[in-house]
Amino acid sequence: MALRAKQWLALTRPGDWLVLALLGACTVQLFGIFAGRGPVDRAVIRRDGEVIAEVMLAVKKRIEVQGPLGITVVEIEPGRARIAADPGARQLCVRQGWLDRANATALCLPNHISLQVQGKAARHDTLVY
Amino acid sequence: MTRSFIELPITADDRRIAGYASAAIALSIAEAAIPSPVPGIKPGLANIIILLVLLRYGWTDAAWVSLLRVAAGALALGQLFTPGFFFSLGGALCSLTVLALSIRLPARWFGPVSHSLLAAFAHIGGQLLIARLWLMPNDGVLYLAPFFALAAIVFGVINGLAAAWLLAREASVDELVARADSLTTARANTTAVLPAPTCESRP
Repeated sequence: MALRAKQWLALTRPGDWLVLALLGACTVQLFGIFAGRGPVDRAVIRRDGEVIAEVMLAVKKRIEVQGPLGITVVEIEPGRARIAADPGARQLCVRQGWLDRANATALCLPNHISLQVQGKAARHDTLVY
Repeated sequence: MTRSFIELPITADDRRIAGYASAAIALSIAEAAIPSPVPGIKPGLANIIILLVLLRYGWTDAAWVSLLRVAAGALALGQLFTPGFFFSLGGALCSLTVLALSIRLPARWFGPVSHSLLAAFAHIGGQLLIARLWLMPNDGVLYLAPFFALAAIVFGVINGLAAAWLLAREASVDELVARADSLTTARANTTAVLPAPTCESRP
């Protein structure tokens, strides 16, 4: 028994559209967060949510950030970054290892520090002069 | 020595649940034969039955059908206690939890499609949680999340519409049966009340 579009529509209720819209928005958000796997070129270090440093992932270096518990060490390498040391008890952000995907984030909650790597904002700028 | 019998009384509820569960199991097995481009993405056709039972007989029956489906489906496919079984169980438990809440939404506004979508999202949520905590303890699996969510939207809507269609059809079948019943009763009454036609009364 084939149904026409109108008959299918009659099977839905107004709230169904609301649920669909909300979950659709969640899906789009998920794509925004996880699907951007492109290479990264920037690390953003935050303390208490405020950006305290934005570093290009170009040369190898170590950055020491002072937090309430002590010093968190951020290690920068071309194309990736990680938390090398942190005074937090559980070492979750250290164990997360290298961050090399866009929007990957390591949170050192006890020390109020976070490290996020971000993709190239305009990746094709240098291709066309 | 006398033989002893253990008798388990079978109620009408048991028969009904078993009937729906067997339909759900059949759909799971049929679905296992459909090739899937991405591992883990399945239409979840058995959920049509779960929704149908939920909306006709309530949450308890739906939970029975769902869990029987997970256990017997896994037995039939030889997947009992494999990782796939635990994914399926975790997904089913999360879905049932969400359905227990969503069924309290006003039915006037939220129909089978809403329940189906919410349950589908709970299902992938539960599976990702199990995958993240147990099988692949790193964030890699989360990169599949958007694709699972997309599949949940698509199949959530399709399964919800299918359940809504079946419910509407069942309602119209019920109505037909009721009308047929009332017609037969009416006819029976008519025959009883009216005097039987005799040859003399004919022109």
